[in-house]
Amino acid sequence: MLWRLPYHFGRYLMMLWQAFSRPENYRMYWKETVRQMYDIGIGSIVIVALISIFIGAVSGLQFVYQLDGQLIPMYYIGYIVRDLAIIELSPTFTNLVLAGKVGSNMTSEIGGMRQKEHIDAMEIMGLNTAAYLVLPRTIAALAVIPLLVAVSAMLAIIGGYVATVLPGELSHSDYVRGLLTFYNPYNVKMMFIKSYVFAFILTTVSCYQGYYVKSGSVALGKASTQAVVYSNILILLADYLLVVLLTSD
Amino acid sequence: MVRVEDIRKSFGDTEVLKGISLTFEKGKTNLIIGRSGAGKTVLLKTLVGLITPTSGTVWYDDINFTQLDKKSLREVRMNIGMLFQGSALFDSLTVEENIRFPMDMFKKMTLAEKRKRVDYCLEVVGLEGINDKFPSEISGGMQKRVGIARAIVLDPDYLFCDEPNSGLDPKTSLLIDDLILDITRTNKTTTIINTHDMNSVMGIGENIALLHKGKMAWQGHKEEIIDSDNELLQSFIFASPFLKELKEKAYGHK
Ligand SMILES: Nc1ncnc2c1ncn2[C@@H]1O[C@H](COP(=O)(O)OP(=O)(O)OP(=O)(O)O)[C@@H](O)[C@H]1O
Ligand SMILES: [Mg+2]
Repeated sequence: MLWRLPYHFGRYLMMLWQAFSRPENYRMYWKETVRQMYDIGIGSIVIVALISIFIGAVSGLQFVYQLDGQLIPMYYIGYIVRDLAIIELSPTFTNLVLAGKVGSNMTSEIGGMRQKEHIDAMEIMGLNTAAYLVLPRTIAALAVIPLLVAVSAMLAIIGGYVATVLPGELSHSDYVRGLLTFYNPYNVKMMFIKSYVFAFILTTVSCYQGYYVKSGSVALGKASTQAVVYSNILILLADYLLVVLLTSD
Repeated sequence: MVRVEDIRKSFGDTEVLKGISLTFEKGKTNLIIGRSGAGKTVLLKTLVGLITPTSGTVWYDDINFTQLDKKSLREVRMNIGMLFQGSALFDSLTVEENIRFPMDMFKKMTLAEKRKRVDYCLEVVGLEGINDKFPSEISGGMQKRVGIARAIVLDPDYLFCDEPNSGLDPKTSLLIDDLILDITRTNKTTTIINTHDMNSVMGIGENIALLHKGKMAWQGHKEEIIDSDNELLQSFIFASPFLKELKEKAYGHK
């Protein structure tokens, strides 16, 4: 597997090189972009919301448990949940989940088109298929996924509230006070930078897996799995690198 | 006219095309025939540039097709129509949107003009009025015909068909053959058809090339088949005992 890595990386770069060129027809590309935006956004909002609320709730409860009987004031919980969601949990979790949902879906859609000779048919028409298939998806993902992440962070904070304040572990005013403590807009910027990078990784890696799929349904299934696995590994790797880069001064 | 010169293609260690030279003529139906696995599809895909040959040259009139950069390649391809073995209609689009797709992408025409052209192409293939159906809602034979309509929508000079008859009943097969022949005559296209359907060979074979294990085994007109003493050709065309017997009865020789 590993010795094939440079080959795949080179081919991936070449696909991107072809994909990021001038569209033959802006209207057709735009139409496809809107369709993808709709698919990614509407199709994922429920699962993202569900996960985010639970992430916030669980983090809130765990910190109540952890801080109990310590010298750290309880209102810190609002602050911890907020920053945990904004900086790490929302961008990373959302994108890991979207890699499984949106990414594998892109792989099987494009892979199916490759196997049923749809891509060949487009090539014969004179279309730049790498561009037509990859560009609208990437743009749609870059437009929608950061919004989903922002929604996710908000819902996580609400989830934390629901899990800690409602059962009476913490007072309403403490949680809100925590939310307003040590607020740093730079963290939100970091959240968006992460979202853009992760969204780019998961779409392009998934498109790559679909675009170069071999024939047969076994290969298609394998490609979808690989899209998720590679996206996830690369997202986590990028997460680490971004944190190192963005938090060093 | 499309011409190939000493085309070779290997996948790994296996050589699939072993030096093929051929000329496909304008305004004629050029057939590539041969047993399953002979290399027909690989040759056809090499002709349109979906497969890059290991060596050899493909000429479109006086354009060296093998040496074109991506941009010029796409320009030549605007002039190519292709019917795929599985029709390759886009599932998410209606019949009309499928046929309109090349125009939507490349032509500055009004919607009304495009619609008119779609209706005309559907009429050519005898399928008026199915504009709003989805590919999944029509039969395989109809899909093939829609595939033909889409292939000819930009009035190409070159028409490629990969197994246009596979999976169709003999009657529908003949209909498709007639259609392709008609388009070839009317539009003066260079038509290249990949087939192992004997009815097609004897029906519309004007320039036939028999491929065997990646090599040219025979070339000629359908009229020359009966009298040819090429073993490979005879065993390919008259494969079944029934046909062999029929031929012996009719012509009195083996
Ligand atoms: N992408 C590929 N990789 C490796 N081998 C291939 C590839 N494509 C085709 N081949 C091999 O090339 C040979 C010729 O295949 P081809 O599809 O051209 O046959 P064909 O004449 O079209 O047969 P059929 O009538 O069954 O469609 C086969 O042995 C096939 O295994
Ligand atoms: Mg074939």
